[in-house]
Amino acid sequence: MARIIGAIATSHVPSIGGAIAKGLQKDPYWKPFFDAFDPVHDWLARNKPDVAVVIYNDHGLNFFLDQMPTFAVGAAESYTNADEGWGLPVRPPYAGDSELSWQIIDKVMAQDFDLVTCQEMQVDHAFVVPMQLLWPDGGAKAIPAVPVTINSIQHPLPRAERCFRFGQAIGRAIESFPRDCKVVLLATGGLSHQLDGTRAGFINKEFDLWCMDKIVNDPQALASLTTKEIIEKAGSQGVELMCWIAMRGAMQGHVSAAFSKYHIPVSNTGGAVMVFDHEPVVHRLAAE
Amino acid sequence: MDDQFNIPGTPIFDGTQARKGYALNKMCYSFNDELNRKTFLADEEAYMRTYGLSEPQKEAIRHRNVLELIAAGGNIYYLAKFAGIFGLGVQDVGAQQTGMSLEAFKEMLTAHGH
Ligand SMILES: [Fe+2]
Repeated sequence: MARIIGAIATSHVPSIGGAIAKGLQKDPYWKPFFDAFDPVHDWLARNKPDVAVVIYNDHGLNFFLDQMPTFAVGAAESYTNADEGWGLPVRPPYAGDSELSWQIIDKVMAQDFDLVTCQEMQVDHAFVVPMQLLWPDGGAKAIPAVPVTINSIQHPLPRAERCFRFGQAIGRAIESFPRDCKVVLLATGGLSHQLDGTRAGFINKEFDLWCMDKIVNDPQALASLTTKEIIEKAGSQGVELMCWIAMRGAMQGHVSAAFSKYHIPVSNTGGAVMVFDHEPVVHRLAAE
Repeated sequence: MDDQFNIPGTPIFDGTQARKGYALNKMCYSFNDELNRKTFLADEEAYMRTYGLSEPQKEAIRHRNVLELIAAGGNIYYLAKFAGIFGLGVQDVGAQQTGMSLEAFKEMLTAHGH
């Protein structure tokens, strides 16, 4: 059976991709951020996941306002990146895992989440930048992935509680997948930032650190936030926290933080990287 | 800008804005494509007509003014693609909206870390 071995949550700011393209990893501004990924690479090398489920938000590459899904799941054999308009080099395609995609689609629909399914899907910086951070050697070296998107562009957004339960449904879908494989969850986005309005540049370190604490042992505190509270405390684009909340919902066994790093600012954003170990419930029962 | 959340300085892109801004956002979405960016630059007025922008939207585009673009229904994620045509990033956009110099805006961001 498939097993969720843990999760990695990270900011996905486009300028990280720009810094990678320009080779600025050792530049004084960027070094503290990129150095935080050394322990993440060690974790990946130790745990060797086979496939990733990447929960993120599209920023106007694959989806436009003509058809805006609240929850969408990629069901393709591979995923292409493309020009987003502001000069990030286009990355080579990433491999998919359509069998796991359909497991998630079938089993999540059975739990009453009505998904949009995408047999073709372009992945934007919110998918590509974290993949580059985790597998710097490129698309061919990265493990196959299933992209899952949550609308964060157009209100009404799904409530945090709903995102948490969506994550729970994904977790159950993965853990009932008959293939023997180790699954890592990725959540990308956040933490606090605001790009628009006269409050642009808003960052809230205190709230970000609170989120990074609660997400380990008290995720319900995050799931209980209203959208308005999240925007007030994390900025209008801080709603990307929903992706972290869904990721956390997918881990219903014992969760512990293996690594955690907060760094301000990454461009306009409270930059955060966390790694979680997950011990599924069935394994704990077996051990008792 | 009146919306259900009413958070100062914080536009909410909801149904009202989505309806108002559709043509503008659709044009900005087209800027994902390099050919479209070039076509726009070659004749901005013709390009805006093709997408059926309203007069306030056209004015906001002519002014390169982000707050005006948002007031005209623009969504920041698509507007970022418009800004990208001129090599401007989210920090430039932030500086313009807050009336700060780019340097002052960056200093403010860094100060959040302390
Ligand atoms: Fe984002």
